[in-house]
Amino acid sequence: MRTAIAMGLVLLAGAPAAGAPAPAGAEACTGCHAVRPGQNSAGSIPSLAGRSAGDITSAMLAFRTGKGDPTVMDRIAKGFDEAEIRAIADWIAGQR
Amino acid sequence: MKGKTGRPVPGRRTVLRTLALGAAAAALARPALARGGPAGPARVVVVGGGFAGTACARALARSGVAVTLVEPSPVFTACPFSNAVIAGLRGIEGQRFGYDGVRRDGVAVAYRAASRVDAENRRVILDDGSALEYDRLVMAPGIDMRFDALPGYDAAAAEAMPHAWKAGEQTLLLRRKLEAMEDGGVFVMAVPANPYRCPPGPYERASLIAHYLKTRKPRSKLLVLDAKDAFSKQRLFQAAWQALYPGLIEWIPLSEGGKVTEVDPGTGTLVTEFGEHRADVANVIPPQRAGSIAIAAGVADRTGWCPIDPVTFESRLQPNIHVIGDAAIAGGMPKSAFAANAQAKACAAAVETLLRGEAPAPPKLINTCYSLVAPDYGISVAGVYAPAKGLLADVEGAGGVSPAEAPASFRTREAAHAQAWFDTVTAETFG
Repeated sequence: MRTAIAMGLVLLAGAPAAGAPAPAGAEACTGCHAVRPGQNSAGSIPSLAGRSAGDITSAMLAFRTGKGDPTVMDRIAKGFDEAEIRAIADWIAGQR
Repeated sequence: MKGKTGRPVPGRRTVLRTLALGAAAAALARPALARGGPAGPARVVVVGGGFAGTACARALARSGVAVTLVEPSPVFTACPFSNAVIAGLRGIEGQRFGYDGVRRDGVAVAYRAASRVDAENRRVILDDGSALEYDRLVMAPGIDMRFDALPGYDAAAAEAMPHAWKAGEQTLLLRRKLEAMEDGGVFVMAVPANPYRCPPGPYERASLIAHYLKTRKPRSKLLVLDAKDAFSKQRLFQAAWQALYPGLIEWIPLSEGGKVTEVDPGTGTLVTEFGEHRADVANVIPPQRAGSIAIAAGVADRTGWCPIDPVTFESRLQPNIHVIGDAAIAGGMPKSAFAANAQAKACAAAVETLLRGEAPAPPKLINTCYSLVAPDYGISVAGVYAPAKGLLADVEGAGGVSPAEAPASFRTREAAHAQAWFDTVTAETFG
């Protein structure tokens, strides 16, 4: 029971409450990337809708070192530290 | 999202959007914001229905603020990709967007021009004499040409020597003149000093006009008279010009007499510090300033642009008025549609927080500007920005331009991304 409550708290901490303000930088992503489930980015730019926070974080951390075959995302990812990236990834993954 | 019956179940946003059919209904979506109380919900007026104003109005409506967007034209014509329209690569229809989408989200749209702002009494006066009261005002007036800055270049001269720096009739006018020019003609562009809307835009335009001339009128020449010695993505543009359009484009910088000091629309002459140039078609991009209503509202300083607080976008000159987009002095951020969109969303969040009586957190912003040097050859510049020393400053170590050495496939991918960005940002803003 205690474990279940603790896990619940961890989950709550990981997923921002619906309607929580977007963390710094998060809303700039949506000029290029779709983030809401059911929404698609146009053409060649990948949609982030429905991606897990872990996947988004891993991709951003790879981009920071030039990995992942980026065109512009390496230049953008370098402007964010790991905590900022995790907060943005949680916000995107929490979109409904 | 699908329910057990297989029918779509409305998500939270859909429910909110359904509620937010009108301004009054929108206010029900959330508890009344500060300054609401007996006087009703907080009211925000947004002046200007471009990339900045429309995105800001929409974001505010979605968070339950009663918002009115003031914009005289029922159709917005977008500047990004309008250089491709001039070069005959694209129709103007793909540049046009309406306001049905934002109205569905609960934004009330007043199809009127704002003629003045009564900051003391927090009212925007429209051109029919009616007034809109606000708790906070967001101004996104874009740019106006400075028809007093270049001798010979006034509104009438813009018919003979189009600027095409606001998309629409001017774009089509310049395209017709390019189409009518004989093979062997001289096309002359005049480019202003910084700051102006879309720093790499003149060089994208030069590239795509060169593409047109190379394919349709190969004996012609393109002369670019520039009031600067350096420009955005310069190395990438110049390398591409040499590879794709050898001998076609001549760029004359400030130090070699590139600054245009006077024009004569009657004879098609552009006068520089070093001599005169006769143009068969002239495209004069004049110096610019914030849109007139910003001057009337007292939010522009002596430079003609609007100083702002980098956290809230609130004017340094008038309380309760926020300025976003090309009109704002946004530090390291260029005057681009991408920047306008990013600022719009950050400003909406700040305004909503201020209306609740709380202090907004410092934002972080991104810009990415794509330029086409040929239909399948794209290059970009990007930046990340945060408030520092009272400005939106570049985050060090981030940003920069596309690599100087890259395979053709990289340029093709960036050209595709340019189109994809345009489609996504216009859908987010107007769709």
